[in-house]
Amino acid sequence: MQTWVLIVVLLILGLAGYYLGRNRAVAAADGKAASLHSVPSYYGMYVAIWAAIPGLILVLIWLSIAPVVRDNMVLSAIPPETVTAWAQEMLPADLFAAEAEAIAASGTDGLTGPQVELLMVNINNVAAGSSFVSPTVAGILVGPAEHMNSLGELSGWGLLVIGLGLACAGLYTARRRLAPQFRARNRVEGIINLFLIICSTIAILTTLGIVLSLLFESARFFGMVPIWEFLFGTQWSPQIAIRADQVGSSGAFGAIPLFVGTLLIAAIAMLVAVPVGLMSAIYLSDYAPPRVRASVKPVLEILAGIPTVVYGFFAILTVAPFIRDLGAAVGLSVSANSALAAGVVMGIMIVPFISSLSDDVINAVPQSLRDGSAALGATKSETIRQVVLPAALPGIVGACLLAASRAIGETMIVVMAAGLAANLTVNPFAAVTTVTVQIATLLVGDQEFNSAKTLSAFALGLMLFIVTLCLNVIALRVVKKYREKYD
Amino acid sequence: MTDVTHDAVAIKLGHHTSEDAQRRLRRRYASERRFKFFGIAAICLGLGMLAILLISIGSRAIPALTQNYLTLQVEIPAEPLVASADHNHMQFVEREILSLFPDAIGDFQAQRQIMSIMPFDAADVIGERLLEDQSALGGERIEVTLPLTDEARAYINGEISRTTPDADRQLTDEQMSAIDRLRDDGVIVIDGDQAVLDIAVDLPVYEVLNQANFQSLANEALYRLFPEVEGRARGDLRAIISPGAGFDLRRMILADPGLVGGSVTIEVPLSDSFDQLAKGRVDRDLPEDRRRVNDEQIAYFDSLEAAGMVTSRFNTRFFSAADSRQPELAGIWGALVGSFYTLVVTLLLSFPIGVSAAIYLEEFAPKNRLTDLIEVNINNLAAVPSIVFGLLGLAVFIQFFGLPRSAPLVGGMVLALMTLPTIIIASRAALKAVPPSIREAALGMGASKLQTVTHHVLPLAMPGILTGTIIGMAQALGETAPLLMVGMVAFITSTPEGLTSPATVLPVQIYIWSDAPERGFVAKTSLAIMTLLAFLICMNALAVWLRKRFERRW
Repeated sequence: MQTWVLIVVLLILGLAGYYLGRNRAVAAADGKAASLHSVPSYYGMYVAIWAAIPGLILVLIWLSIAPVVRDNMVLSAIPPETVTAWAQEMLPADLFAAEAEAIAASGTDGLTGPQVELLMVNINNVAAGSSFVSPTVAGILVGPAEHMNSLGELSGWGLLVIGLGLACAGLYTARRRLAPQFRARNRVEGIINLFLIICSTIAILTTLGIVLSLLFESARFFGMVPIWEFLFGTQWSPQIAIRADQVGSSGAFGAIPLFVGTLLIAAIAMLVAVPVGLMSAIYLSDYAPPRVRASVKPVLEILAGIPTVVYGFFAILTVAPFIRDLGAAVGLSVSANSALAAGVVMGIMIVPFISSLSDDVINAVPQSLRDGSAALGATKSETIRQVVLPAALPGIVGACLLAASRAIGETMIVVMAAGLAANLTVNPFAAVTTVTVQIATLLVGDQEFNSAKTLSAFALGLMLFIVTLCLNVIALRVVKKYREKYD
Repeated sequence: MTDVTHDAVAIKLGHHTSEDAQRRLRRRYASERRFKFFGIAAICLGLGMLAILLISIGSRAIPALTQNYLTLQVEIPAEPLVASADHNHMQFVEREILSLFPDAIGDFQAQRQIMSIMPFDAADVIGERLLEDQSALGGERIEVTLPLTDEARAYINGEISRTTPDADRQLTDEQMSAIDRLRDDGVIVIDGDQAVLDIAVDLPVYEVLNQANFQSLANEALYRLFPEVEGRARGDLRAIISPGAGFDLRRMILADPGLVGGSVTIEVPLSDSFDQLAKGRVDRDLPEDRRRVNDEQIAYFDSLEAAGMVTSRFNTRFFSAADSRQPELAGIWGALVGSFYTLVVTLLLSFPIGVSAAIYLEEFAPKNRLTDLIEVNINNLAAVPSIVFGLLGLAVFIQFFGLPRSAPLVGGMVLALMTLPTIIIASRAALKAVPPSIREAALGMGASKLQTVTHHVLPLAMPGILTGTIIGMAQALGETAPLLMVGMVAFITSTPEGLTSPATVLPVQIYIWSDAPERGFVAKTSLAIMTLLAFLICMNALAVWLRKRFERRW
């Protein structure tokens, strides 16, 4: 509540600062705007920035820190008797008996992490006056809840007062600094420049965030399951790890079947996509009349714009039954979640990807090469096969690598159409599972962050990230090098 | 001489016209035609797959456009309604009494103490009153007299007091002062020889009837149509109408409480199995145990249909309701609103950040290691699998920063990170397309670098930037995998109310429904897909229009 008030007030102050600053600058120059260093609006902007931005930054920092500080203060202030009473009520009897002494001695420090979380959730609920808490617990936690509410109140008012103070101080000092010779434009542009730089580093921060979070969680996973067992084991059944006594003790985290399944489906997809995509690109760039090209190309690219969840539904609705019936007709038993169905549909999805990338590189081959070949009497197809394609090969390989990285990282089609059980097989008619399917199924729904089962998803994510990153880097480099060659 | 020439020509002609050469040429031409044919075949295959995809999903979507309704004459007797809802009347009393104790607000202990001066079934009086006089259902304020506990009466009669030892009384000091206060306010009065609580309470019609069992009323109406069906066989009959019948009936009665005591004509949705039957999508020749409806049910249904009580109408509920376990009640509105909130967050974050980053990299950045690194980074981010962004969101936003699960806020943030590279790359291309002469002219006029960019370059690049942004948003709208990671896959039956309330989005809704076993969900999923595709087509068409309308060739 106070936060919103503060934000609105800050914006109003910023607006006021703009007019105050502008008017003061004009007044300082005796109404002759031409004698100012900068255009008057820059003086206004300078004051406005100093009035509003520090307060807004404060709000951001405060909102991310205040709840943590508040929770810690509440926790440390709970007397051990209250914790004991709560633990007696909420914890299983045997657990309570085991921990009773520690709790009585050191209060909340005697609880484990998840128990502290439960306690905080309870206090939060009581503080919010919700009815999710049993009356007894509510009675026990009245004290801490009131403490929490009063701290929350205090934090809200504190933020409001400090924020307003910052804004007024900023407005006052910035306005005082204004003088006809004050370099307002340079200051304002400096601040905007800083903002631009910060924005452009967000891409790096994102990558850093991905790498660090994956590495951190994977490290915890490899603490439970040895890395070689993960990389070279041939048994994958993470469900076993639900039982606490078996965490990491069995060979259930061998990822080889997942890698094989992923590669199998990706290979099927590439077998479909590369010929179709490449031939379409060749036809469109070298054979098709301009009108056909202009209408077919965008239609083909619609395939790239269709959400993957739609492809997944298409796979289970149409393609999988079709393949199963086809298999039954020739006496093959095809699984309902066959790798073939998922692979074929994924291949269709990748076709426009390969065709438009290859189209680019084929078009980049200079016309002189084609003309030379034609002058020697080669037919069009001979020119393409023996001159254009070899010249465009690096680019096409790059396109295929990018497409492969997409196929490996694709999630929804395989989540919907491929299997869940990890079978170590390369039979395209059998059901296999993939890395992405496992990540999705392991992390959907509620999960605790301490089990090997959950953490294994991050290890799989790390593998996925490394493999796709390598493919991308190689592909981008190949494509770029190739483009430079003919530019 | 001529002979020699003639011979040479003959030899040369022979080399190209010989049987061998002809065959070679034919083979080359055949391979040329084959190659061309493969190209055409590849394109036809791609286009054919697109057509098959659209047709197979589109044709399955059509049944979901309509829903069959059964017209029922439902009696609304007051008694079962009020009786089935009477357990919560105490809340009305509680609200009144606690309004007299402002200092007890938020203090559960104190509130419980105050309320326990009455027996727990004190409010049954209200139920009885409502049965006698249904006009009270109109949402009026009524006067009721409620009993007190024996203890409370003993205190009022002076049999116990604050000085009585704790062991001999069950009334606490707080309760005693509450009683004193109520007596002073004239709420507790002595009626004859008994102390009672005399109070006027509000009976909001919504709350009185909210808990009532309307479904059973609809069922009764159905039973009356088939008086010969009794006992357990009625279960077959009940299955004809959807559990949504009760909701519709409740909404009707709450809107007009005067209907209580009379009878209403209402169209209630058929349950999924019978909706399929009405649409002719159930094979009646199948053996009974392989159908979801048995022979008796088909007979019931046919007689209802013959009586003209089944009507088929446009399925408005699909576009106005949130998710449900029952296909006939499920709709996409909740998911659409969730998608909207998520995209708003995505747009608000990725557009300013993406454009700023593009401006910096294209116009200001010095060419050095750091900017090279940023460039490589952005290109790589664009190709990172989307599920990895989901892992990032889960580990950083939810685990580390403790943001709520399933919220459009977190989903939008993850999608913003994902669309950022797209927007940056498109914006840089658009900025690059603005000719340097514009910049030079502005700089020559004395504009600063930033002024050049904001006043001249950016407006000219805006159409291209907007096109890229819309395409990025379309990508984000269709994205599913990262949202599964941040918990937007929950079963949510209400429309989300804000950025932090649990929500789901349209593609995730499609994913959830595609898993559901009920037959009706195939059509619902297909229609949801068609809706999603319609939105995507609109967005892409807008992007194309923008590009065509504002594109300038220099």
